[in-house]
Amino acid sequence: MNALQLNAVGKTFVMHLQGGLRLPVLRDVTFSVAPGECVALTGPSGAGKSSILKLIYGNYRCDTGQIAIQAGTETIDIATAAPREIIAVRHSTLGYVTQFLRAVPRVSALDIVAEPQIARGTKPDEARAQAATLLGRLNIPERLWSLPPATFSGGEQQRVNLARGLLPDHPVLLLDEPTASLDAKNRAVVIDMVRERKQRGAAIVTILHDDETRAAIADTLIDTTRFAA
Amino acid sequence: MISAAEQPLLAASGLTKYYGAQLGCRDVSLDLYEGEVMAVVGESGSGKSTLLQLLSGQIEPGSGEVRYRTRDGQTTSLWEMSEPARRFLYRTDWGFVHQDPQRGLRMGISAGGNVGERLMAVGWRNYAQIRDAAADWLGRVEISQTRIDDTPRTYSGGMRQRLQIARNLVTSPRLIFMDEPTGGLDVSVQARLLDLLRRIVSDLRIAAIIVTHDLAVARLLSNRIMVMKDGVVIETGLTDQVLDDPQAPYTQLLVSSILPA
Repeated sequence: MNALQLNAVGKTFVMHLQGGLRLPVLRDVTFSVAPGECVALTGPSGAGKSSILKLIYGNYRCDTGQIAIQAGTETIDIATAAPREIIAVRHSTLGYVTQFLRAVPRVSALDIVAEPQIARGTKPDEARAQAATLLGRLNIPERLWSLPPATFSGGEQQRVNLARGLLPDHPVLLLDEPTASLDAKNRAVVIDMVRERKQRGAAIVTILHDDETRAAIADTLIDTTRFAA
Repeated sequence: MISAAEQPLLAASGLTKYYGAQLGCRDVSLDLYEGEVMAVVGESGSGKSTLLQLLSGQIEPGSGEVRYRTRDGQTTSLWEMSEPARRFLYRTDWGFVHQDPQRGLRMGISAGGNVGERLMAVGWRNYAQIRDAAADWLGRVEISQTRIDDTPRTYSGGMRQRLQIARNLVTSPRLIFMDEPTGGLDVSVQARLLDLLRRIVSDLRIAAIIVTHDLAVARLLSNRIMVMKDGVVIETGLTDQVLDDPQAPYTQLLVSSILPA
């Protein structure tokens, strides 16, 4: 059974401020991801790779087709699900690591990482301990854990964001350029972490520009230019 | 995952209100479930504050109704309740945070008294317990215990707003209405208040309806959003979806009008 199945997904943006300009971006996006499989989306910039991740996460509204996610014993179609169903799927099943951390004023790095785990029902102390372990593994110095990450370097922010996205054991994971601003040492850590998640059965869709990382974690490559609308 | 049997906490259907010939809001329907935070956004005159007053039973709709599920599991129409029953809701199950803290506080009594008053209204009588609970809540909204006996007149705007929040939350309401809770505050004070509200709604799993004209506030605090203009609903949905992929021309205009920081 697939963890994630996209079927004939299409997306067109209508820009009302530009006189109703229609901007088709994707059509007939069809692929599936099995548990334990890592699919890498490839293609030049502007081919709609990030848009596909946003459609799966429900950030973008899906115009046509289905996006079926196996959530526990249920299958939820993100394209038609009610907002609160999507919120529930995000809690239980679907994780998304974006390229950039959306820092919240005054919230420490440790709490930013622990927060989704607490929302899923882990006790706050336990979630913070798990967050500390992960931040340590990603080489974020302990003196930074209690600080809000707004002033951290790009690479540090990305690692905080990765820790936040990877801590909950979501069975479906979307990773947008997870290693873009990381050095070789931290890239290796992320590769290990993603491999562990695959072994535990996570289905992963990722965008990776770095060939080495792609070779290390991706099982299947999907060229998104064939979905160009 | 989601129990199909779960009923909304608050359900509004066809809410319409005119002030004479002037439209307040027209035909607004929404369902709010336990633990959900919905933002109602729009510019001045969009009808969002009228909607909040209708939802919270402060004004009676011209047509349509608001139904609320009480703790005993019964769902009742607000205006079919008796006046005392409705008042009981305000004191126990609901909170209302006004933009202007002076409207939500008693300026002449101490901070501790402001918080304790809500507890006395639901039957608490033991002075020491009331004072302890008030002190605990002042701590949770980051007001020093040394200020417990001072009146809100001596407080800054941000402190007053935090005190108003403590006063509302001390009775563990299930639903809280907020009207521009960060309006009129300095940016640094806003950030502190937002962080506080964010933690409170997620820790207590409280349902909330937040009226704001600030899309950043909506994004930070809410999981669902309703966009209003000229008294009608323009667009609703998941907050990040509506803000990242707005469908309606007006929502696109709103989203594109924000200056990036």
